[in-house]
Amino acid sequence: MSTKDTITLDGIPQQAQGQGYFLTSLDELVGMGRKNSLWPLPFATSCCGIEFMATMAAHYDLAQFGSERMSFSPRQADMLLVMGTIAKKMGPILRQVYTQMAEPKWVIAVGACATSGGIFDSYSVLQGIDKILPVDVYVPGCPPRPEQILEGIDKLRDLVHNEPLRRRNSPEYQQLLKSYGIDIK
Amino acid sequence: MDIQEVIDRLSQRFEGHIGNFEESYGLTTIQVRRAYIFEVIKYLKEDLSFNFLTDLCAIHFPDHEDEMRFAMVYHIHNLFENLRLRLRVFLPESDLEIDTMTPLFASANWQERETYDFFGVKFKGHPNLVRIMNMDEMEVFPMRKEFPMEDGGRVDKDDRFFGRTIHNE
Repeated sequence: MSTKDTITLDGIPQQAQGQGYFLTSLDELVGMGRKNSLWPLPFATSCCGIEFMATMAAHYDLAQFGSERMSFSPRQADMLLVMGTIAKKMGPILRQVYTQMAEPKWVIAVGACATSGGIFDSYSVLQGIDKILPVDVYVPGCPPRPEQILEGIDKLRDLVHNEPLRRRNSPEYQQLLKSYGIDIK
Repeated sequence: MDIQEVIDRLSQRFEGHIGNFEESYGLTTIQVRRAYIFEVIKYLKEDLSFNFLTDLCAIHFPDHEDEMRFAMVYHIHNLFENLRLRLRVFLPESDLEIDTMTPLFASANWQERETYDFFGVKFKGHPNLVRIMNMDEMEVFPMRKEFPMEDGGRVDKDDRFFGRTIHNE
């Protein structure tokens, strides 16, 4: 039923272009490719995971942003979505999942618990996953609505799009990982 | 058989080692000496058909004198006659040890591990007395009253918003 003028395509990188060719930077091109094929790894431990299930399903349709396939293997995932309370005992497991992911990788903390521990200010709960691994986007809410999760993913797509290709090799990034005690090589 | 008969037979057999019979919320409670708890539960299971261990747990009474600072509580259930009984054993903090119930009830295994995990009660003869729920590196027994419930690492909590200051100032 859709007509041609209702479909919007992702923007062509705005550089020099003409009939049959366009010039752009590799950063721009790779960024565009990456941001439209982020494979999510859902690390769902509680109610935020249920909201994410709605986000994946037909009504909110995460697939429209190129995240069609959930990757339950960290090796093939780009985007780690941590949804729910992370107990301190779960911390090392989450960290292991993160270190198993190949670079480049991004992390979204979905919901109050993953962001800050939420209401679980307790001896047994990790007070935010950024205590053990670097986080790119935080989605607040308890639990957040699917729209909020989509917005968080949208923010991450902007980050992915604009990330320089050399960022992961930069001393700043190495320093960031080092500050979390994550050994990359 | 009713609960009075259970109490009569128990007091006959364990004269002087059990006492403080009381009933609260419809549940009969008996206090048992530490050295006899295994025998009492064995007798209840094998001779009086209390064949189900509903629960076991510890309680911490920080204000009691050392001899009574901890209590172990056992809930057992006779499924044939639908009789329930609660047994209570006081333990001193200086010697926090009690017989394991694992030879009688396999379900006691994890429950005793949990009790050890949270209160530090040692169960003599337990096949695998290690932490079950908290992380292995934990050095304290978190359900003891002297241990703070909240995580010390939290920095975003403003006492004003949690009713912890006078007049919320």
